[in-house]
Amino acid sequence: MSRHVVARTDELADGERKIVEIEGRSIGLFRVGDAWYAVRNTCPHQSGPLCRGYLTGLLESDGPGEFRYSRRGEMLRCPWHGWEFDLRTGQSWVDPTRLRVRHYETTVEPGSALLTGTPPVAPGQRVPGPYTAETYEVSVDHDYVVIEF
Amino acid sequence: MSAPTDARTEQSAPPTTGAVDVDVHHDLAAVEELFPYLDAHWRDYVVERGLPGFDTNYYPQASPMSVRPDLLRPDGPPPATDPATVAADVLDRTGSSTAILNCLYGVQPMQNEYLAAALSSALNDWQRERWLAVDPRLRASIVVPTQNAELAAREIDRTAADGAFVQVLMFVRDRMQLGKRFFWPIYEAAERHGLPIAVHPFGSFNHPNTPAGWASTYIEEYVAQAQLFHAQVVSIVCQGVLARFPELRFVLLESGASWLPPLMWRFDKDWKGLRHDTPWVDRAPSDLIRRHFRLATAPLDVEGPDGLLRLIDQLGSDEMLLYSSDYPHHHHDPGVGSVLGLPDDLRQKVLSGNARALYPLDRGGHR
Repeated sequence: MSRHVVARTDELADGERKIVEIEGRSIGLFRVGDAWYAVRNTCPHQSGPLCRGYLTGLLESDGPGEFRYSRRGEMLRCPWHGWEFDLRTGQSWVDPTRLRVRHYETTVEPGSALLTGTPPVAPGQRVPGPYTAETYEVSVDHDYVVIEF
Repeated sequence: MSAPTDARTEQSAPPTTGAVDVDVHHDLAAVEELFPYLDAHWRDYVVERGLPGFDTNYYPQASPMSVRPDLLRPDGPPPATDPATVAADVLDRTGSSTAILNCLYGVQPMQNEYLAAALSSALNDWQRERWLAVDPRLRASIVVPTQNAELAAREIDRTAADGAFVQVLMFVRDRMQLGKRFFWPIYEAAERHGLPIAVHPFGSFNHPNTPAGWASTYIEEYVAQAQLFHAQVVSIVCQGVLARFPELRFVLLESGASWLPPLMWRFDKDWKGLRHDTPWVDRAPSDLIRRHFRLATAPLDVEGPDGLLRLIDQLGSDEMLLYSSDYPHHHHDPGVGSVLGLPDDLRQKVLSGNARALYPLDRGGHR
């Protein structure tokens, strides 16, 4: 499993998205409230750019003329043919047992944790040279969104 | 009218032993036949206005394909007007065990809904006394004034109780699409009594006779019937009739069936993207169609038993087709040979099993 830092949490407001490229895969990152969802940007129907579609709600009905609209902003509708997918699970609304789009686990982690997570240089591997380059302080004040797969 | 031959064209057809023939037509020889069943006001109304009757001429008698040539007898009664002759033709000579009569008298096209309601009641009483009472193998569809769905529902309630009537007859062309709420009281009553709704070609002249508009010629109207059925299936599914009346069934008469599988395929595809219009359609339209719709075989629009097998495969159900002769009409192919050429289990289903599963044929002492 590899982990990929894809965004700072303050980059996206509620309802916004960002499409990132990881190891050749196009993946949509969505912020819904304080939740983060990552979905493969390929519709399982005809490979349309799913993550560029409308974010809509779940529309259900208790009978003709009745509209029950919930989970606003959590259903992704492919821009090509309108097939709907649940951002939380990647499952298609139609034919859910057969159709789903790949979705990925996301976590939000503080930058400091990500830095500490970097493996230290093993002693003896490298010897400090005679020069010192100009350095900048790396910010670890923010939280970052990490996709795992 | 050309001289008919006495040769019974259907007599040489192989027997349909035990079949339930779901589409047989009967007719009035004259409007006066209804007088015993009309109250005095409406009887006088017809007489005082000099109304000649309400024949719609959906099937001009001398037109090719309207009437089996052997039934056109210049010296005899008009075709399909004598119960004993009809029973002999559709039951005794074929081996069929039950025939369902569908009356095409022109009630639905008229503007006066109260006259239509009076005529509907008269026709149903006429059917009961003149036809159903004389031969227990005959059943009939309830004629209803679709101009006024409340009156139509009342007529269903009045008529359905004793089991002689096994469905409600509507037409593919009415004042509006059949899925509309306007008609729901009819569906509610039909479901309450466990009766399917039969939909027959032709109907009201208050709507163009093709989906694209008014046809100029009979052939255009005739050929376009299946397109009207196409539109009505979509309307009935999308408007939520099947969601609201989950036990209701529709029987599409005399419209072929080969047009339905492509519609089902396309309907499913489009529903996946457009279901937000009608969220009460909560499953694939093709599933709903398989469950709720049945189709009569005559006139068959596929070739031979192999064509019929392919059609059943494409429909994805062997429970949808119901055998019919469409007596006395004379289309290109009644499909008898194709049905009889099916493998045993399928033949049995199409000839009688599917109809027996659908219709309340054993109610009220009728068999």
